[in-house]
Amino acid sequence: MIRFIFRNEIAPELRRRTRVLMVLVSVVFVLLIGRLWYLQILQGNWFTYFSENNRIRLKKVPGIRGMVFDRHGRLLVDSRPSFDLLFVPEDSAEPELTLRRLAHFLNRRERELLSLVEENKTRPPFEDVVLGKDVDWRSIVAVESHQLDLPGVSLRIRPRRSYLTDSTATHLLGYVGEISSPQLRVLKEKGYSMGDEIGQFGLEKRWEDYLRGRNGGQQVEVDALGRRVRVLHEVEEVPGQSVFLTLDRDLQETAYQALQGKEGAIVVLEVHSGAILALVSSPTFDPNVLARGITPEEWRALVENQRHPLNNRALQGQYPPASTFKIVVAIAALEEGLIRPETRVFDPGYFTVGNRSFRDWKEGGHGWVDLHKAIVESCDVYFYEVGSRLGVDRIAHYARLLGLGEKSGIPLDDEKAGLIPDVAWKMKRFGQPWFPGETPSAAIGQGYVNVTPLQMANLMAVVVNGGTLYRPWFVRRVESLEGKTIREYGPERIRSITLKPDTLERIRKALRDVVNSGTGTGGRARSSLIEIAGKTGTAQVAEMRGGFVKSERLPYFLRDHAWFVSYAPAGQPEIAVVILVEHGGRGGSVAAPLAKKVIEKYLSLKSQPDEPDSRQAAAAKQNHADRP
Amino acid sequence: MSQIPGRPPQRNRTMQIDRRLISHFDWPLFSLTLGLILLGILTIHSATYSITEQHAGTLASKQLYWFMLGLVAMIVAFTMDYHHIDRLAYPLYALVLLLLLLVPLLGTAGGGSQRWLHLRLFTVQPSELAKLAIVVVLAKRLQYDEPHHGYRLRDLWAPFLLVAPPILLTLLQPDLGTAVILFLIFFSAVLIGGLRLRSLLYLAAPGIISLPIAWRFLKPYQQRRIWTFLNPELDPLGAGYHVIQSKIAIGSGKFFGKGYLQGTQNRLDFLPEQHTDFIFSVFAEEWGFLGCLVLLGLYLALILFSLEVVVRAKDRLGAVLALGMVAIIFWQVVINAAMVTGFLPVVGIPLPLFSYGGSSLVSMMVAMGLLINISMRRFTF
Repeated sequence: MIRFIFRNEIAPELRRRTRVLMVLVSVVFVLLIGRLWYLQILQGNWFTYFSENNRIRLKKVPGIRGMVFDRHGRLLVDSRPSFDLLFVPEDSAEPELTLRRLAHFLNRRERELLSLVEENKTRPPFEDVVLGKDVDWRSIVAVESHQLDLPGVSLRIRPRRSYLTDSTATHLLGYVGEISSPQLRVLKEKGYSMGDEIGQFGLEKRWEDYLRGRNGGQQVEVDALGRRVRVLHEVEEVPGQSVFLTLDRDLQETAYQALQGKEGAIVVLEVHSGAILALVSSPTFDPNVLARGITPEEWRALVENQRHPLNNRALQGQYPPASTFKIVVAIAALEEGLIRPETRVFDPGYFTVGNRSFRDWKEGGHGWVDLHKAIVESCDVYFYEVGSRLGVDRIAHYARLLGLGEKSGIPLDDEKAGLIPDVAWKMKRFGQPWFPGETPSAAIGQGYVNVTPLQMANLMAVVVNGGTLYRPWFVRRVESLEGKTIREYGPERIRSITLKPDTLERIRKALRDVVNSGTGTGGRARSSLIEIAGKTGTAQVAEMRGGFVKSERLPYFLRDHAWFVSYAPAGQPEIAVVILVEHGGRGGSVAAPLAKKVIEKYLSLKSQPDEPDSRQAAAAKQNHADRP
Repeated sequence: MSQIPGRPPQRNRTMQIDRRLISHFDWPLFSLTLGLILLGILTIHSATYSITEQHAGTLASKQLYWFMLGLVAMIVAFTMDYHHIDRLAYPLYALVLLLLLLVPLLGTAGGGSQRWLHLRLFTVQPSELAKLAIVVVLAKRLQYDEPHHGYRLRDLWAPFLLVAPPILLTLLQPDLGTAVILFLIFFSAVLIGGLRLRSLLYLAAPGIISLPIAWRFLKPYQQRRIWTFLNPELDPLGAGYHVIQSKIAIGSGKFFGKGYLQGTQNRLDFLPEQHTDFIFSVFAEEWGFLGCLVLLGLYLALILFSLEVVVRAKDRLGAVLALGMVAIIFWQVVINAAMVTGFLPVVGIPLPLFSYGGSSLVSMMVAMGLLINISMRRFTF
């Protein structure tokens, strides 16, 4: 090809094209000017009308949150209509006069209302100021009947979250609150806006995407007094979806009552699925207060409370498992073939390693002890001995297999993993080797060992279901407004542990006798209605040197924690029940009776017709959908 | 570097100021630029006047500081010979790419996307710098003479590969507006630089054919989202509300406007982003149709004078470079004006030289500086 253009020189075509471009650009600008002519000259008066008094406003219509039902379709969480009192300063010719009248009708102080308006001075005057949230009936009637005297004052219906179970299941259900500005920054894309309700904790937070209602709204034209002339555009709000739990409302209530006045946790789960029937942490608080809009003082009181009501002790509380841990050591020793069930150990009341001596809880000891007796009477020396022979690493191996020292994976936030120590951990944490003198404490679940009540419930389930570790779960399904199941959940196996059938059989037999033999430590859990099996534990909080001190005589925060891990019925186990009472004293006398109470309630609920009360759920739903 | 015939001899590529350079200084472009910026600062002052009383004026004076900084950058941009671009193109491009990559790692979010990088003293928006970087690399790639019958597709894949990474990175922020502008810059430069008509068809055809097919694969909610984007009326509580408020502001300005600082729509915070993307609405409300005529006239003059620079450029490097700079200004002005008047969907595109924003102002001033640079060196040899 002949190149007749020098490099870098501009082809005449480029110049020509640029000239054409100049014309095109000018045409585009003429079009733009035409558009402005249309808007400003032809439509100018029309738009001027709209620009006066800000004739076009947005009204948000919040979408109602989805409902939560228990396993029998009984309503646990709902949204009820509430009324907020609003004031638009711009719409009132004399705001002060209006507020003075309003204060008179409502029996509120005028200054209080004025200062609320004053605080919002920086915002545009067409935006409403909230004078009262969730106002009572008297105020609603007063405002409605004096509408004409109160220009700019209006009521806005708003769904407000209502927890029908009050404080009973707070730690599991969680609560909602107004969206915070950092949350809003992240979630704006998902369609959240200021003032929206959002799940802040528990189920409400984890299932937010299903439960949340989508906001609707109206673009309305208003007149000079702020009264609506017509709706220009409307977007319908969409209610959230319903969530059905595995929880049993009555059992939850019983567990909650059992812990009244105490601190601790109760976990009840199905041993063959890991489904949670009840989960209580005490002390607790009323989620309705948070949904209503908590005041900073109330919030501070909650956070600074010495007894930490915000903590979910069932999965965040980490306690030494004490004697309940003997189940783990027994399994380890039998599986490793280190002992046979008949192997006997002599317990003189103490055990020595080097120059350290470890006491049995029973002064004078238990004498000759085999595995069965060791579990039934909770003999410490037997486990000091067996644990020392096993070594801490083998104990840790089995403890971890059984789900201790790791998060159970329950779909709730901030679960704690507990701690199962071994040689490597000690080296990493303290830079020291493991001393043989530390193994006996570990073998009776003291020292560094820490577990959560939920982990212990899981452990109990593994022991009775033949070795399957399930992830605890509590949401069975999510249902759309039309009643269609959108998501279903079921048991989720974490792992199956192969254990000799004989191992578990021996342990179950012993656990049965802990409650039922007459010599066992768990006699206080014995029920005439149902056979219960379990293991007691009394966790020392502070190491006691020299002599026995009755726990009740210690200062509260040094008293022992009381454990009872159990299952029922002993023959055909269905549920695992774990009780922990912080600083409660002895497991046998404090925790065991609570387990009995919960298990007997379970039995009585079972004898009632089990058919899910779908009619109630349907009725509640109808009601929900009909709301304005 | 290879010896290329027609290149200016070494001595003229230095910083020394030639008497001829001064006599050929492009005063019209320079004064149009300064005029638009000053008008912009006045409008920013009006737009932010009422946000809250204690903030009044701070954004306008901040913009004034950016203007000082931009002036220095602009002077540098027209003083040094633009042929240095040939050497600086890739390092500049690499630097901007690096900044763009840093945004998702270290950047801060604003309005739902991550666009800003916090430096010690100020924040930068690397996607603004990307506009310049793209023009510079394109000029370097396309500076050699155009093929006899225009560019074929195979001539274009290399420049496209250079342009694609910044487009993708801005798209991921997500900053759809800037990504569109970047693509339009590429498209304009290639088209005017000499795209073969047949190649244009080849480029467009697969896209047009695949559209309906792709549409079917989208989920209903995705389709709905695209519809609302194209027609804001379908989203009366979001974009549609902004557009109608913007139209009310502009329309209520009528012929003479409400007067400076007298706009009411803006005063009441009805307009979103009133000092950045919707600054035109504020101006139109206060100055009316007459003011808009003047403002758009200034922009048109700026663009036509700049295209004149393209026509008169001494060599192809200068012409393509100038063309790219005009493309930046033109597309942003048109899309922004069309957006606020309800012609085009709402995408975040500032009005160049006018909207609040340091990165944008400084890079637009550099763009104008380079245009002046090319203009005043049109006779040097």
